[in-house]
Amino acid sequence: MPFDHDTVVGFSKSFGLIYLVVLSLICLAWTYWPSNKKGFDEAARVPVLDEEDRPWR
Amino acid sequence: MFSDFSRDERIFSFIILGGLVVAGLAMAIAGRGDLLSTHGWLIFGLSLLAFFAAVRQFDRPEPSAERLSEYYDAPTRAGLVLTLIWGVIGMGVGFWVAALLAWPDLTFDVAWLSFGRLRPVHTSGVIFGFGGNALIATSFHVLQRTTRARLPDAISPWFVLLGYNLFCIVAASGYLMGLTQSKEYAEPEWYADIWLVVVWVVYFAIYMRTLARRKEPHIYVANWYYMAFILVVAILHIVNNLAVPVSFGSAKSYSLFAGVQDAMTQWWYGHNAVAFFLTAGFLGMMYYYLPKRANRPIFSYRMSIISFWGITFMYMWAGSHHLHYTALPHWVQTLGMAFSVVLLVPSWASAGNALLTLNGAWHKVRDDAVLRFMALAAIFYGITTFEGSFMAIRAVNSLSHYTDWTIGHVHAGALGWVAMITFGSLYSLVPSMFKRERIYSNKLVEMHFWLALAGTVIYVFAMWNSGVIQGLMWRTYDEAGTLSYSFLESLDAMHPYYIIRAFGGLLFLLGAITALFNVVMTIRMPAMEATPDRGRDLPAEPALQAGE
Repeated sequence: MPFDHDTVVGFSKSFGLIYLVVLSLICLAWTYWPSNKKGFDEAARVPVLDEEDRPWR
Repeated sequence: MFSDFSRDERIFSFIILGGLVVAGLAMAIAGRGDLLSTHGWLIFGLSLLAFFAAVRQFDRPEPSAERLSEYYDAPTRAGLVLTLIWGVIGMGVGFWVAALLAWPDLTFDVAWLSFGRLRPVHTSGVIFGFGGNALIATSFHVLQRTTRARLPDAISPWFVLLGYNLFCIVAASGYLMGLTQSKEYAEPEWYADIWLVVVWVVYFAIYMRTLARRKEPHIYVANWYYMAFILVVAILHIVNNLAVPVSFGSAKSYSLFAGVQDAMTQWWYGHNAVAFFLTAGFLGMMYYYLPKRANRPIFSYRMSIISFWGITFMYMWAGSHHLHYTALPHWVQTLGMAFSVVLLVPSWASAGNALLTLNGAWHKVRDDAVLRFMALAAIFYGITTFEGSFMAIRAVNSLSHYTDWTIGHVHAGALGWVAMITFGSLYSLVPSMFKRERIYSNKLVEMHFWLALAGTVIYVFAMWNSGVIQGLMWRTYDEAGTLSYSFLESLDAMHPYYIIRAFGGLLFLLGAITALFNVVMTIRMPAMEATPDRGRDLPAEPALQAGE
């Protein structure tokens, strides 16, 4: 099979499509997985935590 | 700066600077008779000065071990000042080229004062000089605060900051001499590009090494955005700048790509420079400094993750909307158009997230000009991304492309979003970074806010008007099927808008000068006194401050 325009188009329309859809699904599932919520809520507080302004030990 | 270095780091800095001296000299000799030698001498001179300055400080006492229990903020402090200096230079040149468009005689027949050479000084000055320094300075601060870990060493952040500014100087001086590879936002020639790759790899390594040492298990979302910015800009920069120099003694190079492939690569780069340099990095800034200043956690952390992945997945494909109605295959144009439209979702998720964070704290926005800068940035981010998705639609693009509408869109983003979020973050960061109790003058911050807002609105409305008129004049036909207006007639119609635009730019420049003055005066204020009950913001030892 020659490597030409149609090859690239075919690759984009098959693999590219699956790649984007599957990654989106993984991303959505991970973000909205109920047991992950607690960690995200804690993470959201990172900038507003009033810890002393020096690195943690 | 040097007093923060351990003995090994001091020796290492001699090696780096010595290497640069030799490299500069080699460029100067190999490139004799070519503009490359001018840059060689420039690099030789700057690194020789730095080398001697370093040698003079070699015998300074070594920093105490206590420094390791503090964050390392000296590079951030320097970066904040450099941001404002580049801001004034870049916006000043921007005002000048805007005036050139209204009054072309202002070139005075001097080659380096011509529009073609000054314009990239403006674009690179504001994007890379102003924006880049702001990103580097704030990323070091956010990275340390959100990982609760000190930067891994003292020398690499300085290498990144100063090396990056060397790149900016080489780029800007090259444009004035007429050196360009004529790729928008990627004008610097091959040797500057190679240097930027080295700097950028060290930058990414700092991020990785600090994250590896983190004490906070979760990597806060701002860091994801900063990392996307660093990683993707590296990829874009390397691929778009693949070129073969005429010889090692010549500044000129030829791109690896030709024809429509060249155009596609360039706009894949160009649009993602907007996406990952001017958006992702500054979103990182927003996701840290806006909640911090408002003292409220981000409205929805989950939404910030969705918008992160949305932006990183989709922006990559949107570049081809710059090439509607060209030789680029039609399906590629459509692909770029479709992704640009869908991009509205993650973009508005971010803008909405920021505004919903402020919901319930609008009194703070009213009272605090610093927070108002950030709120306005989020609003302009929403406006600009909506406009961008709209303009990427082929039919709309047929009217807007090649007109001033594009310039208006870019500046709604650059002035309204990028510069506003930068100024907001900068004002909120400067007092604590320099251990000052407050900013020198809140009145000046207030004045800057209104100058910036008025300047942006005047600029953007002038260009919207001008752009739509221009687009319509170019496509108006009479009954005989010929064009109703000549190109010169459209130029005449632009003239008043160009004057208004230059005025808007002037207001914005005045705001930036106000910011520089305010920050310099803040630094000159007496340092905050050490009070034991003040838990955060511990004053540094005098020895640590000697570096600036």
